[in-house]
Amino acid sequence: MERNLMKGNEALAEAAIRAGCKCFFGYPITPQTEVAAYLAKNMPKNGGVFLQAESEIAAINMVLGAASAGVRTMTSSSSPGISLKSEGVSYIAGCDLPCVIINVQRGGPGLGGIQPSQSDYWQATKALGHGDYQLLVYAPCSVQEMVDKVTLAFDMADKYRMPAMILADGLLGQMMEPVTFPEKKTEFEPKPWATNGHGGKRDHNITNSLYLVPEELENSIKSRYERYEVIKANLTEAELYLTEDADIVVAAYGASARVAKSAVNHARAEGIKAGLFRPITLWPFPVKEINEAAKNAKAFLDVEMSMGQMIEDVKLSLNCSKPVEFFGRTGGVIPSPAEVLEQIKILAEKY
Amino acid sequence: MNYDILLAGFGGQGILFAGKVIVYCGLYNGSEVSWLPSYGPEMRGGTCNCSVCISDEPIGSPLVVNPNVLVVMNTPSLEKFIDKVQPGGLVIVDSSMVDVKVERTDVKVCYIPATELTNGDPELKGGANIILTGKLMAETGIADNETIKKALEHVIPPKKAHLLGNNLKAIKLGMEYQA
Amino acid sequence: MAVVFERPKSLADVPTHYCPGCTHGIIHRLIAEVIDEMGIEGDTIGIAPVGCAVMAYDYFNCDMIEAAHGRAPATATGVKRALPDKFVFTYQGDGDCAAIGTAETVHAATRGENITVIFVNNAIYGMTGGQMAPTSLPGQVTQTTPYGRDTKTAGFPIKMVEMLAALDGVALSQRVAVNSVPHIREAKKAIRKAFENQRDKLGFSIIEVLSSCPTNWGVSPAEALKKIDEEMIPYYPLKAYKDIRAEEAAK
Repeated sequence: MERNLMKGNEALAEAAIRAGCKCFFGYPITPQTEVAAYLAKNMPKNGGVFLQAESEIAAINMVLGAASAGVRTMTSSSSPGISLKSEGVSYIAGCDLPCVIINVQRGGPGLGGIQPSQSDYWQATKALGHGDYQLLVYAPCSVQEMVDKVTLAFDMADKYRMPAMILADGLLGQMMEPVTFPEKKTEFEPKPWATNGHGGKRDHNITNSLYLVPEELENSIKSRYERYEVIKANLTEAELYLTEDADIVVAAYGASARVAKSAVNHARAEGIKAGLFRPITLWPFPVKEINEAAKNAKAFLDVEMSMGQMIEDVKLSLNCSKPVEFFGRTGGVIPSPAEVLEQIKILAEKY
Repeated sequence: MNYDILLAGFGGQGILFAGKVIVYCGLYNGSEVSWLPSYGPEMRGGTCNCSVCISDEPIGSPLVVNPNVLVVMNTPSLEKFIDKVQPGGLVIVDSSMVDVKVERTDVKVCYIPATELTNGDPELKGGANIILTGKLMAETGIADNETIKKALEHVIPPKKAHLLGNNLKAIKLGMEYQA
Repeated sequence: MAVVFERPKSLADVPTHYCPGCTHGIIHRLIAEVIDEMGIEGDTIGIAPVGCAVMAYDYFNCDMIEAAHGRAPATATGVKRALPDKFVFTYQGDGDCAAIGTAETVHAATRGENITVIFVNNAIYGMTGGQMAPTSLPGQVTQTTPYGRDTKTAGFPIKMVEMLAALDGVALSQRVAVNSVPHIREAKKAIRKAFENQRDKLGFSIIEVLSSCPTNWGVSPAEALKKIDEEMIPYYPLKAYKDIRAEEAAK
């Protein structure tokens, strides 16, 4: 297939159509609006639904309805809008419904700014809404990976009946890179649990997250957590770049991993054995993979476009076996490879 | 080959468009490429810049902080970015829009009055960005004429397809311009 | 022996959790009768969000979704857009439809979503124990208006069907009551019309049903029904505020 250039936002929208997304509900917000614009233009041509909702809250509850009806469905937003969606996401998780949620992150808190950021890591991996539950969280770092992970997110959401998130950022959403697409998916696993009208052929289906008897609620959560264990054992993904002999391993995901990779290459050119650990799944966090990357490492440098959120998972996963230091820029500032290189040099001196 | 190109000017000068022409040239030559726009709340008239990376290696950070090619179409952009250019780098200045000279001696500077050159020729109207792109191609050799034409054909939106000839004229003018 | 009265097929044979004298049971029954008469149980998806009727998923035999508080019209939109030929109804209380979910209600209405909204107005928050509703009457004593609803500080009751009648996407916006046999008969006709509108793809239909809450009003069930006549209907007149089918017929 001919390589073409596409913006990250548009590429993930096209990937959603090809993954069989039937219904998209969203609300405009910078820097992800191209997702909605692309789908407004192309969903109708593909027999799908595009609807601009009155709010982020309505959009995510429309997703709940469409997911319950048994079709592939998606919403997209950026940080402040994702906060508004959190109630609905919790319900979707509690109802065991599959969907895909895109967060093209910008700086926060509050209205924050509109430049790229990674300050929603905690929200995505720990606390997007109330209650005991997890989202599958994919962190692509290129336009091609946006496409690949959207495709995978739809499949895994269906397989495990849970919401999956693409945690991108303004840089990945706005940039153009070469990209190729998979063929359009046309065959889907049946969803016997869907509330799509029983037609007199089965008992009625119920989509529900309410359990007034504590033991029943506990059981429903425990069975969900059993699924999470299967996911943890099977779905973790990470890129290990030059970690085999690395003294200093940089841990970074998404846009900051691209910056870090440049810095690692510069460090190697200067004779410093640096490597990169890049988690692709943020939940489940690639624990096995980071320990693999840590084998010969003297120290870790965690690099984020935030004040340091993923660093907690890095430390927990390494279980104090290696020192972990931090470098971050936040508020929409993208770190430069030179800044990261400077930190690598400091660590190389120190350890 | 490794080009970290930064184009900068006012919104409306065609900065992003020129960046697209350049990045498609890189793509059609089989290089690794990326294109990253600045984006802000203003739709028109604000400052605007665009990072284009063309390389034999996979692109790391797509944000060009230290360009080896800088194209500027207004004075604030020159003042903002001139000190970031890598030593030995190339700077292309639309001298009809920029009223200062580059003081650095470790970079190559091409002054070309691109906006003035468009005056009086309806076929070149709004083509200063493409004249500068032509100059960039001549200086860097990123792409030959055939590839540039292919890139323009792709980047020009279908309803403006009739403007291809005008764009090629602007490219040629930029390529052949001698101060 | 001839059967003269039986449970509608689409109403589950289970005891409900509703308080004695509550009119939710009547409204459930009317909906179930309409579903049975139209033969659409297998093609219907009901949505009951937070409120006294949150467990309606156990009472209707069609497919059911329990939605977040106020979000039923959005959830219904999602279902209907995915399955445009199915029947989708929401069953919402006053807090749900007219306070926390007003935006969802208004926008589903103005989009002309082809759904049926059953809006049960009993002028109080029942499930949480009797607080002021957006529809509580001026002077009404509730847990959060212990001195009576003072319109100077708590504002005025919201008149949903009057308000929604102004929107072009609305096919039917009507208020009924279920406190007497004639009113119940009218209510059923209205609900039937709301489902038929959906079948004929006419747009958004909302039926506001004036309902009683003897428990939280602190009166007997019989007195509660009387209060609907004496206090609620004068403030909330029973009427079809918009009915495009009737308007067509009149032409």
